Amino acid sequence: MVSVESITVNYGERRALDAVSLVVGAGEWHGILGPNGGGKSTLFRVLATLLAPNSGRFTIAGETVPAKIRPKLGVVFQSQSLDRKLTVAQNMEAQGNLYGLSGTVLAERTKKLLWQFHLNGREQEPVHQLSGGLARRVEIAKALLHEPAVLLLDEPTTGLDPTARREWLDLLTDLRRERELTVLMTTHLLDEAERCERLTLLHEGRVVTGGSPAELKAQVGGDVVEFGTKEPERVAAQYPQLNPRVGSDWVRFETPAGARFAAQAADALPGAIETITIQKPTLEDVFFRNTGARL
Amino acid sequence: MNFGLAVWALTRREFQRFWGERARVAGFVASPLLFWVVVGSGFGDLEFFFPGALTMTVMFSAMFSMMSLIEDRREGFLLSVLVSPAPRPAIVLGKVCGAAALAWLQGLIVLAGVFFTSLRHDVVALAGTAGALLLTALLLTVVSYVVAWRLSSTQAFHAVINLLLVPAWMLSGAIFSPVLSFAWVRWLMQANPLYYAQSLVRSFLVADAPSGGLAAVVLLGCTGLALVLAVRGTK
Repeated sequence: MVSVESITVNYGERRALDAVSLVVGAGEWHGILGPNGGGKSTLFRVLATLLAPNSGRFTIAGETVPAKIRPKLGVVFQSQSLDRKLTVAQNMEAQGNLYGLSGTVLAERTKKLLWQFHLNGREQEPVHQLSGGLARRVEIAKALLHEPAVLLLDEPTTGLDPTARREWLDLLTDLRRERELTVLMTTHLLDEAERCERLTLLHEGRVVTGGSPAELKAQVGGDVVEFGTKEPERVAAQYPQLNPRVGSDWVRFETPAGARFAAQAADALPGAIETITIQKPTLEDVFFRNTGARL
Repeated sequence: MNFGLAVWALTRREFQRFWGERARVAGFVASPLLFWVVVGSGFGDLEFFFPGALTMTVMFSAMFSMMSLIEDRREGFLLSVLVSPAPRPAIVLGKVCGAAALAWLQGLIVLAGVFFTSLRHDVVALAGTAGALLLTALLLTVVSYVVAWRLSSTQAFHAVINLLLVPAWMLSGAIFSPVLSFAWVRWLMQANPLYYAQSLVRSFLVADAPSGGLAAVVLLGCTGLALVLAVRGTK
């Protein structure tokens, strides 16, 4: 449904995207995971038809030309793209008109979407009076008005509190169950990334690795043990065989049996270890293993 | 048709935003009324200053109208307009039509003050002046659009518009007549589109003023040129 072939984008001297390629199947929920500044937003701008890449090509819903892609693409921006001074209904109407919708078709679709997103009864409220979570729901309702084949989202839950974020992700999950919708979203949040069927990890403008969250975590295997310490170099030097990664005040090890190792290390290095964290590998560990950087 | 629908959606939005802000509506109506008071008190050489005040009202309103475009485009409503299938010329026209109509309406309120003066106020004079003000509003709104699209901050926009506006207004014939000026000032005036806006308005309101045919052609030409620049600049 979406295919990206070797896209490169330069901002002056700086290379923001370096030969990025990825494929998103029909109906797939695909995440682009990476830290801020890793190239996600640039890739989003290219796919949203706002920025022409310096080289490479991409296809969305079988189309390659921006004018043909736009009617088939729904876009949700990281920043608010609603007019805060207009009401919910006025925003929906303007959006519908821009996609060639009007009259009863527009009225019915608006009604249905607002109902589906629990926004009925709020049509006449100005957007600036809505909470962040509600406004976010209007954003996605707006993006679905023209029934796009592909929904493109940029950091969709940025700025939401944890409850609103969970609600929002649940809505998106329901939505995908009910209609054949391909979703491509950028994120730097682990809980968002966990919901995706497949992920592409992006770092410094390059694709690092890709796969389902389970496949990616299997790359790490075992447990991840992190010690908080004032002497990270000394702790790391003790267990070179466990591939330690050293931070400013922490050391991280991958090991098949985390609890036993943590207890041994605490005995062997009295006073050096201040905190111990043992966990199953997360996507952050996958990212860390592949890039040496944190999300 | 999609083109017309997109233009209408964006024009309607300008009016909806306008009505939504009471302070803006109040200022919109009050400033021309204030001007009436001055006119009604019989201040100065009205025959000369009234057409100047008309174009000035439209000019300021139109030239500053696209300030919102700068923020709108970076993060805001305009982003979703740019990823929509609306054709680029429709986006330009939609933004421009709404703002130009507002500037024009404000000019019309001032124009109603013509009844306090001894200037022409028959149907032809009023309709002609209204047409001239509409053309002026359109031209300057498009210019404002072109400037706004090239700048990244509202502060810069403010500075550039002031830089353009003050000399353009001084040299429009609104403050002093070209007949009284040095030759080089006259040339500058003749290179200034606002001079033609001023001439066109005068041709309808002032009984013995020269015909505004050339002025209308120049204004139309400039507006067309500015529109082409605006559509090309919209990315």
